[in-house]
Parts: sequence; C-alpha cells; structure tokens
Amino acid sequence: MAHVTLIGNLAQIAGGVAEYDLSATSVKQLFEQLAELHPMLARHLEDGVAVAIDGQIYQDALLQPIERDSEVFLLPQIAGG
Amino acid sequence: MAETNGHSKTNGQSYVGTRQIRPDGVDKVTGRARFGADFNLAGQLIGRVLRSPHPHARIVSIDTSKAEALPGVKAVVTRDDFPDQSSEFIPAGEMMMNYKDVVRNVMAREKALYEGHAVAAVAATSVAIARRALKLIEVKYEVLPHVIDVVEAMRPGAPLLHDDLFTVGVEPKPDKPSNVAKRIEIKQGDVEAGFKKADVIVEREFKTAPVHQGYIEPHAALATVSEDGSAEVWTTTQGHFIVRAHCARLLGLDIGKVRVTATEIGGGFGGKTVVYLEPLAIALSKKAKRPVKMVMSREEVFKASGPTSGATVRVKMGATKDGKFVAGAAELKYQAGAFQGSPVQPGVMCAYAPYDIENVHVIGYDVVSNRPKVAAYRAPGAPISEYAVESVVDEIAKKLRLDPIELRMMNAAREGTKAAYGPKFGPIGLEETLNSIKKTEHWNTPLRKWQGRGVASGFWFNIGGETCASLTVNEDGTVSLVAGTPDIGGLRASLAAVAADELGVSYDKVRPIIGDTGSLGFNFLTGGSRSAFSGSMAIVEAAKQIKADLCARACKLWEAKPDQVEWKDGAVRPLGAALAEKAKPMTIADFAKVAGKTGGPIGGVGRINAQGAGPSFGTHLVDLEVDPETGRVTILRYTVAQDAGRALHPAYVEGQFQGGAVQGIGWALNEEYIYGEDGKLQNAGFLDYRMPVASDVPMIDAILVEVGNPKHPYGVRGVGETPIVPPLGAIANAMENATGIRFTELPMSPPKVLKALKEKGLTPA
Repeated sequence: MAHVTLIGNLAQIAGGVAEYDLSATSVKQLFEQLAELHPMLARHLEDGVAVAIDGQIYQDALLQPIERDSEVFLLPQIAGG
Repeated sequence: MAETNGHSKTNGQSYVGTRQIRPDGVDKVTGRARFGADFNLAGQLIGRVLRSPHPHARIVSIDTSKAEALPGVKAVVTRDDFPDQSSEFIPAGEMMMNYKDVVRNVMAREKALYEGHAVAAVAATSVAIARRALKLIEVKYEVLPHVIDVVEAMRPGAPLLHDDLFTVGVEPKPDKPSNVAKRIEIKQGDVEAGFKKADVIVEREFKTAPVHQGYIEPHAALATVSEDGSAEVWTTTQGHFIVRAHCARLLGLDIGKVRVTATEIGGGFGGKTVVYLEPLAIALSKKAKRPVKMVMSREEVFKASGPTSGATVRVKMGATKDGKFVAGAAELKYQAGAFQGSPVQPGVMCAYAPYDIENVHVIGYDVVSNRPKVAAYRAPGAPISEYAVESVVDEIAKKLRLDPIELRMMNAAREGTKAAYGPKFGPIGLEETLNSIKKTEHWNTPLRKWQGRGVASGFWFNIGGETCASLTVNEDGTVSLVAGTPDIGGLRASLAAVAADELGVSYDKVRPIIGDTGSLGFNFLTGGSRSAFSGSMAIVEAAKQIKADLCARACKLWEAKPDQVEWKDGAVRPLGAALAEKAKPMTIADFAKVAGKTGGPIGGVGRINAQGAGPSFGTHLVDLEVDPETGRVTILRYTVAQDAGRALHPAYVEGQFQGGAVQGIGWALNEEYIYGEDGKLQNAGFLDYRMPVASDVPMIDAILVEVGNPKHPYGVRGVGETPIVPPLGAIANAMENATGIRFTELPMSPPKVLKALKEKGLTPA
C-alpha cells in the first residue's frame, strides 16, 4: 500500500484526516480512491494538485505509476513567474 | 563537469555547456527585432482604454453614445461586450485564477475595484481621436470606501470588495463575506514541542511593499478579426497558447479560430502570464472590422497590470544552543489585489524549504484590497517569506555567536531531507552553494565603517509541464527548430545547442524560432523556470524521432537489418565489416540530399508533459555601504552561487543569476507602490518608482554550481526564479551588519534608513 499524505488545505477538506494507506497503482487511481473516500475532494483534485511520489513532484500526470510502498504527498499545484 | 545522463556530445564537439552566440542577438543589438509595439497592419485602428479614477466604486451606468458619434471612432466596448463567466479556476502564473474574476479584471462589470481598472475601450483612426473619445464616455460612479493595506483589509468592518467572497479554509465556514479569500496552512511535527526544546527563540514581524515586475516593454497587442470570425493576435506575452485559451474563452470563440504570435519580449518576469489588452483588441476589431493596435503607457502598466503582493509576515524560529533549528512558525498575510489569488501558497511552502526542521507550522492568508490584481513575479511569493526567515536565521546566528554560513550549513536541506512542505528532496545543491560562497575571496575581504556584509539562501521548486517543439531537416542539411514558449532568458540559444549536439550538426546550422499557436501543439507558458528544462526534453524527443527515421532509411538504402546500423557521432553507421564495406556513414546533410527519394521530409516533433523538474537552491553574498548623512545604500559587491543542475548556456544562466539579484536589490532598497489617502497610486512612473539602473549595481559575480538533475537528459534544473529569492534577506542582513539596526520593513529606502539612524543617534552631528 502506498502511504499518502494530504498537505495543507486538502487535509482540511478531507475532514482533517491527512494520512492514508491506499492500494492505488497510478495517480488516476489515487484520485479516484480519495474522491470516493471524500467526495468534497473530487473538485480540488480535478482543478489540479501536484503529486510527489517518492520525492519527485508530478503535475497533470494521471498515468504516472505509484509503487506499492511509495511515499506520496498531495500538494497544491506549483507554477511560477 | 556535471552529470549529463548520457547526453554529452558524441562527435567531439559539444555545444551544450558552451557560450555560443545568441541566435536573436544581432537583431536585438541592431534594433531589427520586433517587439509588441513594432507590429502594424494596413488599416489598423488605435485602441485606448478608459480607466476608473476611483479605487472603489459601483458602476451605475456607462453612456458611450457621444464617443461613438465622434468622427473617426470605429468601435467602443464595455462590460456588455464580454459575456459573464462561470466560476472556474485556471492556472495563471503561480496561482489559480477564476474566469469569473478574469473577465471582471479585463473589463469592470458591477464595480471598479482599483484606480486604473478598465471601464471601456475605444478604437479610432488616430491616437488624438481615441483620447477625445475616452473623454466623451460618461460613466456614472457611486464612489465606495476603499481599503489598500492588507492588515486593514482583514479587519472586521473593512470596506468589502466582493459580497460573495467567503473565506475558504476556516472552520466553521463563515456566514459573512470578508476580504480574506483563503486561509492555508502547512504543518509538520509539533511546533510547540519544538520551541520547548529551543535555547534561543527569535520572533519578528516584517513588512514588504508591493513591487512591479518592471519589464521595460509595456503590454502591447495587435488583433485582427476576419469576417468568418477567426482572429489573429500579435502580442508581447510569456505564453501565447495561454493568451489564445483566455481570449477564446472570454469572447466565446473556438480555440482553433484564434491564432496568436508571441513577439519578441522586453521582459516579463511573470507579469506577462495573464491577459489585459488582447481580449479588448479582439473585441474592438470584431466590432470595427479593422485591425486594432493597443499599447499601454507606463502609467497604465503600473496602475492596471499586476505587481506582486505586499505582505505582513510574522516569523518565529527556535534553535538549540549548538545551532540546530528545532521549530519554525510563520504567519503570512499577502495582498492579492482586487481579486483573490496572491502567491501566498508558494510563500507558505517555501518559507522553511531551505532547512531541515522537524517542526514547522506556517499559516497564510490571501487577502483582497483595492489595488491592481497581482500577477506572478519570479518565484512568486517566495522572496517575501524567505526574506523574513533568512533575517531571523541571521539573528539566531548572532545570538549564538555562530558564523551565518556555518549555521545555514548545519541546518541545510540535503538529499533525503523531508521538505517543510512534505516530500523528501532528491539530489540538491544548497550545501554546495554555501560552500562555494564561503570559499570566495569576497567572503574574506575586510570591510570599513558603515559597510556591511550579508548572506542569505533561497529556494524555488521549478516545474515542467506541457511542451511541444519540432525539428525539421532542410534540403541543405540545416535544421529548423520551432519552440512554442516565448524566449525570455535564452531559450533559443539553449535549445539550438541541444539540437546541434543531438543531431551532430554545427550550432550555426540550427535556426531556432518561436512558432505561433498554429504551428505546434499546446505549450504551457514560459514561467516557473520551465522553458529550457522542458523545451530541451522535447528537443531530445524530436531528435530521437529523427535518428530513428534515419536509421530506418539507412537500413532500406543499405538493405540492412535494424541491428546492423547505429546512430553514433552524428551519423548513421553500418555495424559489422561486411556492411561497412559497401556502406559509408551518412550524416544529417547526406540524408537531406536524398530525403525526397527516401521517404520525404525529415523531421521530428517532441510532444511531452515534462516531469522531473529539480528544485534549485542559491546563496547570495552582498557587501554594501550606508551613507549616514543621506540614508542612501550603495551595493559594493555581490556574488551569487546557484545550483543550475547543468547550464545549457552558461552565459544566459549567469545572466539569470545577475538579473534576479538586481531585481532583488531594487525590491530590498527602493521599489514600492505608494498610495495616497485617496487610494490612488502616487508613483506610477519610473521617475518616482525607483528601479535599479546599471550605475546602481556593481558587476555581479556568478558561481555556477552543477548538481545534475537525474530526471533530465542533460541534468538541467530551472534557474530563472531562485535568484530573486535571497537578495532581500542578504541585503537586510548586510544592513544590520553595517548599522547595527535590524530593518524589518522593505524597501530600506533612504528616508527610512535615515530615520532609523536618527532614532539610534547614528547620524553625524
């Protein structure tokens, strides 16, 4: 199971629960599983979040694989000037 | 030499990492390069914008009849010409922006929310007629109380900008609107327990002023709309695909019917990631049935285009007596301008990113007030929060009698450190930048009275994103390179070097251009230090396609199997003695001669969503001198060390370091938006808004640190954002070392410095 941590306001939207162990093997599955657990999260996941998998940040990468023992963080999207 | 992940040059000549002549250089130094305002079309009209004189007012009515009746006026547009938008968030620079707000920022609807807010626009046959027409537009305003300061705007009872703005991120959900759009926080460990372990705690409040990106070239757009409804736009922008998307959305056009060309750009720094004039020019052209050209004045740039936030920041840090940081807390209040969406989110995430701290708690507020909507500005949000933290870090060093570089080194984030915003860092180069600075002769040079030296570090994430670029081999073996992100900091030169290395051709045989939106697939904008990082990945992909195609053609020509040929040292080569006897290696130029006879044109297109951007850390060192009679601060010496991963074009990378440092110097010492009691901007021009010029700064020394990014074929990291992060803290720290005074408010302009010196009795008798 991947260990998933929601950062900042995402945890608040998820009722204050920040950490999960999920069976998702891709970012797409991760979003689906989180949205099922917390329907209020769905819109925020669609609007765009960054996903850090084992330290590497991915954005707009639904097909990115997640390993079984990966450490995953969901962050606000990052851009820049 | 940095790790190049297998993509170092193979034919004995490597252009990557060398200082090649800039493909756009000659046209720029001869004045031939065409910037936004240089584009013209036959029969074009001149567009001008009527702007609100009030910082906050309800728009009761707009009567354009007299203006429309003026001979020479061909079109007038107001809020009625832009359909209202549903609430939908879109990426805009560093933050998400709501289309409902974008349409209101482009053209005021119910209310004018800042002085300079667009209320109407005209297109006329001359500038004089357009100006006269603006005076004939009758706008009836109901003037409302305004609020400028972020803390004032947060107070209960402050004038409300939006009746439907309810703070997100607080529980219970508020039942009354306010000017606080959002509360955000990040937390790790137990910050209170951390402070209990601390032997020394420093807590301070800081203020920073809103500052403008200060690009030399004002916003400019030329649009023409055909009778069939298709629109063509030439504009100075950091992202012409984004301009296309926004204009299509705001005006109800199919994206495929809008073609946007990015002109040469005279600076953007994040400020040209949004639309201002483009939708107006299209709407006017559609109405007038003629091309419309619009160029902002400098006053309009200041009053109506985004600066970055001013902010109030409170920082509290704790350390043990041997210098280990054990807790870091902060509260950030950022101005968003008239619509929500300040860069407080990255400000929160970056505040403690350079350090390995177990216990962190940062809260941020996104606050609207009657100022122009902020836009991205280099590492948006990070310079503000990191300035506050870096100031406190220096104070801790003083309290513990520790060398400020040693203290930073002791606590520096390294590979495997859990960042304050969550994930663990991969290979990073903060430690290397600190070491590089410590080894400089600069660090060890003695100083005189009234001189001070300061050091500070900084961080930015960097990003990748959607990118498309093409390579086409021409009939004579030269290569056309088309990129889709405007070249602000050396993209063309960098990508040409990569293409030359990948294909084994001379650098001067690669001609790079920036294609319009019709020539490539979607590209996200130039921002987030992504264009050279992502573009070079797309070029590698395009070159890979070409090499595979040429190997396949060689197989057919030589009647060989795929495993009998290879691409090596800039040519397809036969493998094995038997084939080598009848086949000679073929270069790109050789294939170009027979392209038509072997399958047609040769080319490749890289279409990627680039991932794997490596964060960049930097450390800055500054010497300055304070004039106790005037309060003027002179920068004496400045050194930047930053991790570039691998510098594709070192001169351009150094230029990014130097440019960021200079902008940071301006932010620290002079730049600020000054408002009167009437809520109007008092210094909307370069005479009164003081930016550094060449004579204000010394030559800035740049140290390239190269800790390769393992996720990029050449090891590249973005470099454009990070260099603006450390200067604010470094200069504030130098000021304390020069005067003994901790300045907690930016800018440290001469009047403020003189006042502080007088209060301490430090001015000459």
